[in-house]
Amino acid sequence: MSKQAPPPSWRHVGRHGVFPQGKLDDASRFDFLANMNRHLATRLSPKVRESFEKRVAPRTEQALGRPLKDRGEVREAMAREPIYQMWSALRRTTMEMRQQAGRAMVLRQLEPLIEKARALNDAAVTLQLDPTLEIPRTACAVDIHCMPGGYHTELVEDDITNGANYDAGIFATTGGMLGRWNDGGGQALAQWLKQKYPAFKPRRILDLGCTIGHNVVPLAQAFPEAEVIAIDVGAPMLRYAHARARSLGVENITFRQANADDLGYPDGHFDLISSAMFWHESSARSMPLQLREIYRMLAVGGLTAHLEQPQYGEDMSLYEQFIRDWDTWNNNEPFWGVMHDYDVRQMVLDAGFAADKYFETTVAGVVDREVFPVAESNGEDYGRAALWTMFGAWK
Amino acid sequence: MSKISDLDIIDLAGTRAKGARPYYFNDPDSDRLLSIVMAVAMEHAVTRQRLDALERLIEAKGLLSRQELDDYVPDRAAEGERGVWTQEYIARILRFVQQETETLRDGVDVDIHAVQDELR
Repeated sequence: MSKQAPPPSWRHVGRHGVFPQGKLDDASRFDFLANMNRHLATRLSPKVRESFEKRVAPRTEQALGRPLKDRGEVREAMAREPIYQMWSALRRTTMEMRQQAGRAMVLRQLEPLIEKARALNDAAVTLQLDPTLEIPRTACAVDIHCMPGGYHTELVEDDITNGANYDAGIFATTGGMLGRWNDGGGQALAQWLKQKYPAFKPRRILDLGCTIGHNVVPLAQAFPEAEVIAIDVGAPMLRYAHARARSLGVENITFRQANADDLGYPDGHFDLISSAMFWHESSARSMPLQLREIYRMLAVGGLTAHLEQPQYGEDMSLYEQFIRDWDTWNNNEPFWGVMHDYDVRQMVLDAGFAADKYFETTVAGVVDREVFPVAESNGEDYGRAALWTMFGAWK
Repeated sequence: MSKISDLDIIDLAGTRAKGARPYYFNDPDSDRLLSIVMAVAMEHAVTRQRLDALERLIEAKGLLSRQELDDYVPDRAAEGERGVWTQEYIARILRFVQQETETLRDGVDVDIHAVQDELR
């Protein structure tokens, strides 16, 4: 571990037309944070596991007179373990520092950033905001993953603060493992499609919960003839996403502010419906509803594909379930644990898809290997690594 | 909606995320202290990186090599001044420890409430 190369410096992050300008000190902050995350993941996290195996589990199971029965019991026992306390406290405070670092950088240049976004967006019909949209509880009950103001909060007119802050910090949070444009997930889906289904040429693509559009841009580039619709509930995300896509030369995406519960497109309208890291920010009410909507909106022969962190499942050890579930309790991801317990296959089938059309696979982030580290399962920062489950179905 | 010029960007940069923050240690004061220490640690790294950039720029301009800097040996006078600086630096950081240990010499300190009553 000690010989592992440091994460790539933040100065390698892709700079498009609305990316905030970082000075030397901003880059140093993000580099510190990326290395903190690396330290926590590779040096301290294995010790957390060891403390569980050597101390907490034997002691607790002796006191209980039986094996630990679920991850809730593991969490309760680990809460008193000093190594876990320290790891958690450092992980939480590192994320808070990351938010402050990104927000400070963005806010001090907010006026020129908004001007750049306005110029790129230029009242285009491909940016469709709906100020009357009611922000769903899934997005506003808490600020998801401790991002102050969530996806939706607007500080000023035409605000892009939270979009720019989101974009600026992912690179540090993931140690660059999503690549220069933070788009390793979208690249992975595009590459998977091209390699596995070279004949598949979607004419209409829908991307759910697109945030800043980093994962939908690779799809739009892979299928330049396609009409792409990317939806999100947050206006600051969509303004930023649209300007970002434009400055990268991508013009076949319409960014629309809407709730995926009810999008109003005709039956069979889309050939491909995708999402990345979307379902864990949904709810027990919305997820089945939206899966049925996907089935309805998908054309026969069409594909739906979703990138997510791994499901827990019965095969996963209680410790791994517990540690992967950290975000539910400590990172304002209230639906994370519930979602990762689901039998997603059954949910997809319940939405109408045929059992023999369902698929599930593992994909790794596709990034420029010259600059960026390979996604590894070794020393994985649970819940952050560029290794995903992809599930979905053909209709 | 606010105007950009009206935003308190220092306050907004550091604002909390909605959702009650968990505390991890047996005493929440330890969480408070750790968060402050880690922020200072980051700012120290930022300063160190800035100094490193400065050294590299100076070297690139041929004014000084970093080898010279690393090989720098202070003369006796400079050595003394640098020693004093280091002592002061440590004492500043550990002021709280010093003041707590002064009670060994001075005994229990004056109770401010008692003095308030006395002077009332």
